[in-house]
Amino acid sequence: MSLKKVSKEQPDKFEFSDENLNLAKKIVLNYPTGKKKSAVMALLYLAQKQNNNWIPLAAMKYIAKYLEISYINVYEVATFYSMYNLAPVGKYFIQICTTTPCMIRGAYKLVDVCKKNISEKENELSGNKNCSWTEVECLGACISAPMAQINNDYYEDLNAKQFESIIKDILKDKKPKAGSYRGRINSEPEKNRQTLMETKNA
Amino acid sequence: MLEDKDRIFKNLYNDLGADLDSAKKRGDWSNTKEICSKGQDWIIEELKKSELRGRGGAGFPTGLKWSFAPKKVVAKPHYLVINADESEPGTCKDRDILRFEPHKLIEGCLIASYAVNAHKCYIYLRGEYYNEGAKLQTAIDEAYKANLIGKNSSGTGWELDIYIHYGAGAYICGEETALLESIEGNKGQPRLKPPFPALVGLYGCPTIINNVETIAVVPTILRKGSNWFASLGKPKNTGTKIFCISGNVNSPCNVEEEMGIKLKDLIEKHAGGVVGGWDNLQAVIPGGSSMPMLSKEISENITMDFDSLVENKSGLGTAGVIVINKDQDIIKCMARIARFYKHESCGQCTPCREGSGWMWRILERMAKGEASKDEVNMLSDVTKQIEGHTICAFGEGSAWPVQGLLRHFKKEIIERNNFDPLVKNNKNIPYLIDQHILEEDLKNVKS
Ligand SMILES: Cc1cc2nc3c(=O)[nH]c(=O)nc-3n(C[C@H](O)[C@H](O)[C@H](O)COP(=O)(O)O)c2cc1C
Ligand code: SF4
Ligand code: FES
Repeated sequence: MSLKKVSKEQPDKFEFSDENLNLAKKIVLNYPTGKKKSAVMALLYLAQKQNNNWIPLAAMKYIAKYLEISYINVYEVATFYSMYNLAPVGKYFIQICTTTPCMIRGAYKLVDVCKKNISEKENELSGNKNCSWTEVECLGACISAPMAQINNDYYEDLNAKQFESIIKDILKDKKPKAGSYRGRINSEPEKNRQTLMETKNA
Repeated sequence: MLEDKDRIFKNLYNDLGADLDSAKKRGDWSNTKEICSKGQDWIIEELKKSELRGRGGAGFPTGLKWSFAPKKVVAKPHYLVINADESEPGTCKDRDILRFEPHKLIEGCLIASYAVNAHKCYIYLRGEYYNEGAKLQTAIDEAYKANLIGKNSSGTGWELDIYIHYGAGAYICGEETALLESIEGNKGQPRLKPPFPALVGLYGCPTIINNVETIAVVPTILRKGSNWFASLGKPKNTGTKIFCISGNVNSPCNVEEEMGIKLKDLIEKHAGGVVGGWDNLQAVIPGGSSMPMLSKEISENITMDFDSLVENKSGLGTAGVIVINKDQDIIKCMARIARFYKHESCGQCTPCREGSGWMWRILERMAKGEASKDEVNMLSDVTKQIEGHTICAFGEGSAWPVQGLLRHFKKEIIERNNFDPLVKNNKNIPYLIDQHILEEDLKNVKS
């Protein structure tokens, strides 16, 4: 089970923006009548996006009211799932997969880059407060190991040197392009592809 | 090697484009109405004959599963739920279907919904696949616009709505009942079975749950015929399968191959061979992290299908092949996998919640050579106390890989771990709480 640290500093109030209110209305309609509760995960994402990448307690209370469910219902969902950030993580949130397939291809070298350039400890904001990093479990891109996710994008086939330059850009508020850093195309083998040759990179 | 003409996922590497027009050129949606017009019984019968087995890990026969859905909708609506949670370490095949072959999945959803009487389909997508989700949503929108799904899907008269439900980073939500809990807006904690979801599933209604790959191959099977599919692979292990080959190989990749392909061919022909050569191979995890590893000797000749792997005390699982060469510390590799399970246990069952932590801590110490010889048996004992004593199969998934390690590398563990709690040195070992007493005793002995 994952341990969740809830931020000590909390805003008093949270309200959805008009845009998010509209989205929330639509999301609720995805579920049968009387099953509004199903929308809780999606609404937590909306709150997280609106509030600079983390969910304050006030947002959980707001969502509970909005969906007419109890606060503890929202709270237990927010604390169960690892993708909900309950404390500030910065504008750029860097998640490095260190599960075995990534580990044996050098994931911990990427962790070292983060320790050196961002902060010694996980989940701690960088000096300029614009990013933080954490180790995560398999991100479902194991054939592109080692890899990391920065906000919504996957950075794949990395090595420590390339990753360091990515992190340095991020610290300067620049976001480098996502995808493979060995220039491979999607999930094909880099060398000696044997299948679907007629249409290869057509 | 499978011939290209028999490959189902022609756009696995996105050579051709994932949009509706490109998908139609590959044959998707070409005669969906005709297929449905043959009726629910025909579809289910064809799938039974094709011997398609679920691609999500357990290998349950798909036609049989669909036949469990009540034949008529009585009081409660039926649901189809697609499992796109893909979180098993070593597995990344559904990702490519979602981003490059979404129309195969959507067409499959229509046929499956029709066959099991569902008008609503939820696709449960792991939250990290944000970009893949956006691509899938684009494809769903295209399908609505072209009236392929919606009020009168593809002219079949069948009404179907498809929604994506995003998960939020919990491996356990791949377990089908945890997934249902998650859609209902709860913590993802598995339910006791029975009742099975086919009768009591989402919102208490009959629900059929299938993996992305399972559903995505259905339209092609019905188009080309169950005989074609059943002619590939081996009896009861038919058809094609997307394999993910990761770890210490020269060219890690995803590839669609025939069921029953030799593991060695998969690694050498498609993935560029083991880093350092075949002789540098240490072990292979054949089906995602939950499946016990195979030794080099077994890997030499084994074929990749459900039954051969079970015979060798492992399983095909998700067909996520993790190759580990001799440059790696095998105990450390498994300690990291144990950490994964400790992190992901949902915490409902004591043996799983506590046992996963035990296995992780013991393995960490074994990797450092800080365990005693007795603990090798203790570790084996812990795995047995988890296995078979939990609500869901996560328990087995966490215990089996450790049993696999003990099966093939017990000697290495014993050689590395000589710690004797009575050995008289002053090393400070925090988990030995009564060390100070030993040290006191020792002083008395010496004096
Ligand atoms: C702990 C655990 C995790 C699972 N994760 C997944 C998953 O990520 N994707 C998946 O399709 N099936 C997963 N499964 C298997 C599902 O419970 C279920 O068997 C499968 O989705 C059924 O689909 P199929 O018959 O098409 O294989 C998991 C099972 C367990 C016990
Ligand atoms: S076996 Fe583990 S993951 Fe499954 S229900 Fe029990 S505690 Fe949860
Ligand atoms: S192990 Fe890193 S993405 Fe799967």
